[in-house]
Amino acid sequence: MTRHTLEIWVGVFVAAGIAALFVLAMKVSNLNTVTTGDTYKVTARFDNIGGLSIRSPVKASGVLVGRVSNIAYDDKTYSAIVTLSIQQNFNQFPADSRASIYTAGLLGEQYIELLPGAEDDYLKDGDRLLMADSAMILEQMIGRIIADKISE
Amino acid sequence: MQNIVCWIINCFELLGQWATHLFERTGRSALFLSRIFQSIPFAIVRPWLVFQQLYSVGVLTIIIVLVAGAFVGMVLGLQGYNILVRFNSESSLGTMVGLTLVRELGPVVTALLFAGRAGSALTAELGLMKTTDQFSAMEMMAVDPFKRVIAPRFLAGFISMPLLAAIFSAVGIYGGYFVGVALLGVDDGAFWAQMQKSVDFHEDFMNGVWKSITFGFVATWIALFEGYDTVPTSEGVGRATTQSVVHASLAVLALNFILTALTLETN
Repeated sequence: MTRHTLEIWVGVFVAAGIAALFVLAMKVSNLNTVTTGDTYKVTARFDNIGGLSIRSPVKASGVLVGRVSNIAYDDKTYSAIVTLSIQQNFNQFPADSRASIYTAGLLGEQYIELLPGAEDDYLKDGDRLLMADSAMILEQMIGRIIADKISE
Repeated sequence: MQNIVCWIINCFELLGQWATHLFERTGRSALFLSRIFQSIPFAIVRPWLVFQQLYSVGVLTIIIVLVAGAFVGMVLGLQGYNILVRFNSESSLGTMVGLTLVRELGPVVTALLFAGRAGSALTAELGLMKTTDQFSAMEMMAVDPFKRVIAPRFLAGFISMPLLAAIFSAVGIYGGYFVGVALLGVDDGAFWAQMQKSVDFHEDFMNGVWKSITFGFVATWIALFEGYDTVPTSEGVGRATTQSVVHASLAVLALNFILTALTLETN
């Protein structure tokens, strides 16, 4: 085999390998949906965050606009402080928007849904969401229903 | 009584022999690796030597990787569909095929095929070179066999493995796609969307790439060391070739468990 053909084959091999890596990265993994752009952070205070975790989605009208970037517990007010990183291109949420923890499906993963408010000022980096609804805990609900039934 | 004591002493002797031999070989293989690292710069300035090895290690392994990848992916599609359809969740077939191939099967099966196809060839080649005193002849001509023979082969194996694993996974996913979507009627959009939703670039894809790099490193190292450390007889070359495949495969499987345990613990 001449040097020329050998080099062509090696070139084909390397190109095929890199193309395969590219296909895997772009088509199979979530690289093109990963939030790479700038984000701004707002915090919200919840009584109970349920199964929310870091990297949980933040959605508005069901569309992904950011992710949970930090969860801390404040032992003065006995509540959880959740930091939301919202993509910079969605920077027109009214300052009195409401954050609620919902569950995808009946038992699926939990996410934060942002409900836009009515104020003229927009949310900006470091703001705190004043209105936040805690997660629905299935056990508590079932407990309440059973208690209601018993009291009847 | 005397017999029993003799027998016990014999046992200890065998154990001691085995342990010393093991430590000796481990030490020699570490020294071997450090000499390879020292010789790598000399291989990089002679890329032609690396290209030749890339051809015999990488290009000639593509066919088996393509065929194996396609069939493994097709089986995953078929088997996964049959299991998932019982739970009415055949739309997450993409998740199953994608995650299994990218995280586990891609790197591991490719490494096993690589050890069998390329590793055994490397061992046999080096073993025969040692048996026919070619290394001594090179040294006589002031040619360092590490720079001329071993480092280019090591680099070629190290570069080929991640590329081969990526080809395996990509072909496997299209194999699963073919069976799942084209033959069994899973929805086309759901297949890709579910896959993209659950395969994370950093957690899963990069994890697979790191695995394949590690396996390439280990499999090539073992193959080259077994060849270089051959007992210089025809029987020795045969044994070294077998050992190269067995040891590399076991190392890959054990390492895979460790790497999976380490990466799953963090999330």
